[in-house]
Amino acid sequence: MTTLTAPAPRLRLGRFRDLTLVPVIVLLLIVGAFLDPIFLTTGNLTNVLQQQASISLLVLAEAMILISGKFDLSLESTVGMAPALAVMLVIPATAGGFGLGLPGMLVIPLCLLVGAAIGAVNGFLIIKFQLSAFIVTLAMQIIVHGLQLGPTEGKTLFELPESMLYLGSATWLGLPASVWIAGVLFVAGMVGLGYFRVGRSLYAIGGNSDAARAAGIRVDRVLWGVFILGGMLAALAGVLETGRLGAVGSGQGVGWIFMVFAAAVIGGVSMDGGKGTILGALTGVLVIGLVQNILTLKGVSGFWQPVVYGFIILVALMISRVAGGKAQD
Amino acid sequence: MKTHVEARNVVKRFGSTVALNGASIAIAEGETHALLGRNGAGKSTLVSILTGLQRPDAGEVLFSGEAAPALADRDAWRRQVACVYQKPTIIPTLTVAENLFLNRQTDSGMIKWRALRARARELLATYEVDVDAEALTGDLDVEQRQLVEIARALSFGARFIILDEPTARLDGPAIERLFVRMRALREQGVTMMYISHHLDEVYEICQSVTVFRDARHVLTRPVADLPHDDLVTAMTGEATVAYESRTRTPGEKVVLSSAGLTLAGRYQDVDLSVRSGEVVGLAGSASSGKVGVAETLVGLRKADSGTVVVNGARVKPGDVPAALKAGLGFVPEDRHHEGFVPLLSVGENATIPIARRLGRFGTVSPAKRRGKAVQLIKELDIKTEGPDQPVGDLSGGNAQKVVFARALVDDPAALVVINPTAGVDVKAKQALLGAVEDAVERGAGAVVVSDELDDLRICDRVLVMFHGRIVKDVPRGWTDHELVAVMEGIQP
Repeated sequence: MTTLTAPAPRLRLGRFRDLTLVPVIVLLLIVGAFLDPIFLTTGNLTNVLQQQASISLLVLAEAMILISGKFDLSLESTVGMAPALAVMLVIPATAGGFGLGLPGMLVIPLCLLVGAAIGAVNGFLIIKFQLSAFIVTLAMQIIVHGLQLGPTEGKTLFELPESMLYLGSATWLGLPASVWIAGVLFVAGMVGLGYFRVGRSLYAIGGNSDAARAAGIRVDRVLWGVFILGGMLAALAGVLETGRLGAVGSGQGVGWIFMVFAAAVIGGVSMDGGKGTILGALTGVLVIGLVQNILTLKGVSGFWQPVVYGFIILVALMISRVAGGKAQD
Repeated sequence: MKTHVEARNVVKRFGSTVALNGASIAIAEGETHALLGRNGAGKSTLVSILTGLQRPDAGEVLFSGEAAPALADRDAWRRQVACVYQKPTIIPTLTVAENLFLNRQTDSGMIKWRALRARARELLATYEVDVDAEALTGDLDVEQRQLVEIARALSFGARFIILDEPTARLDGPAIERLFVRMRALREQGVTMMYISHHLDEVYEICQSVTVFRDARHVLTRPVADLPHDDLVTAMTGEATVAYESRTRTPGEKVVLSSAGLTLAGRYQDVDLSVRSGEVVGLAGSASSGKVGVAETLVGLRKADSGTVVVNGARVKPGDVPAALKAGLGFVPEDRHHEGFVPLLSVGENATIPIARRLGRFGTVSPAKRRGKAVQLIKELDIKTEGPDQPVGDLSGGNAQKVVFARALVDDPAALVVINPTAGVDVKAKQALLGAVEDAVERGAGAVVVSDELDDLRICDRVLVMFHGRIVKDVPRGWTDHELVAVMEGIQP
């Protein structure tokens, strides 16, 4: 046993696991180009990116939460509720607000604060109170959405402060600001989870939380931070979406969570925790965005599109089952 | 000799249960000290207190005469004591390198992966661990994973290591390699606390022994001054004799047989036949294919070719229900995965195979089930609050008895048990072996697959497998040395 075999340098498939969807993306680009001449234009592809910018932030948040071995269904409600509440705090009562007279500049900080508060409540119930993450965030999804419907009485908020509209509608260096923001946050996520101790601790917690605790990782604190960060990202996604559409509707964000899970899971993030990368999650978002775009360009009815998305998820699962070889729970 | 580690009058309560009641232990510098006790004696609690994972309600822990660090200061603890826990404390989804430096990948700033891998390779080389630093830890086998944990434990500079049942999941040669390593560490002056259910290992590797019973310290003695029987008496609190296997005359009827069983890469041409009233052992190293053969007999695996006949009926390969219907009972290798459903009650777990006879039209009569369960609990002496207690709450030995109850509930003609006494204490071990012999006296034929020579002593003959083939049929009356020599392929 004293022999020490030097590890032979060999191709590690594991390193490329994040990139399994890249061929799929290339394939979609080729197929799209053949199907419709408009598809491969800068304008259309920019459009794809902009449409996916806000949902991609939710995927980023969900990927981090899933990697830490937890679950959050309430993110989608935060997308609508956080901007709605923040806007109501600053606009006059005549426009449907609370009439508190707070300066309009505060609307984005307020919005992020609301998102952070929702994440903190989730964290409290799941970590301190030790409730099931699935049920807690399911309840929170319903409550948070209700907290948007209640004060607005289901109405859409149209009169928004200027600062709320800016990020979702501005263009920086030829690309929509929202694409830049999402891009920067994804890079930060990749670096954070790939090269920093606190980021790596998410993998340790999701992989074996007892072992993480024994290694001196402050498991509760990290998890709580992840939930709060998740809530803030969802609130920011709400800001971008509000800016893009120019209003906060009562249905903003509703139903997104399924696509978010789909993107994360086909991007290789495990529902059991401890596995997956932010880059993988990003490729998942892009695949869904491209498919969506192609279907829309080809005039496939929005009512039929969910069938296609469902199939994409199943096919992606089957591919990863065959490639990974292990049975999935 | 100087005392290296000491726990004084430690008390620890969990709700109404007292896990440690004024227990003490003192371990001298440089010795390998065994901690023994039956399940529930307080060993695991002492480990978590000595490693700083739990705070004692009363009492103190001293390292080299100085008070233990504060509970929150994990790094200080890890410089004092390293532990290879019973449950793996590695993250299966991360690489070996990252596991070795978990939560200390870097002092500050960004992680330099290349440097980290180099440090990991260096560390593995220092402790002569032949494992690829870039492999995923989840892909390693049990022995490699344990070596990684030992290397990590030592890398903090601790001079005291706790090994909590390290041999429970290792096979013979791997245990030997572990012992070689432990002796080398001892020569370097490392103090060790060794926990095991195997008394012969304690005699082989330890210098002194402490016994805990019912949350209290019972004795501490040099191993050499303590005869085997006295040790068992100290653990159980009563004089127990070593298990005496019974003699019997096997009948004529063949209840379980196989012909030409072959599964590529695991075993070839396995022919065996078990008569009614006979216990046949199946021995061999981990790679011998013995578990594979047993799992094929019960239908958990499907052989490439060959046949299995249970009680005169040829059974469809790879079909567990068919094997059970033909009159087979079995105890699987890993009771936690295949043996029981932890959240279901003792009664329900034990009666799963006969559920169809406990009521009509697919219903199960709770009263009938309860009745049968109470009878089984009594027969197998299962320590439980009653048939309604979930099996997950029971100790290892009692949970295994429930698995036995399930195997025996239908009075099987043939019984296949795999590692029946893994991780259970002395008394439970005897009860389980007794249960096999009882079933055989009622006319069943049994196959016992085990890594434990003690389990194989109840067998009328032992078939030894080596590299997937049955190489020898050893009749009763073998010595340890003889059997091990055949198992290791040293002697044909």
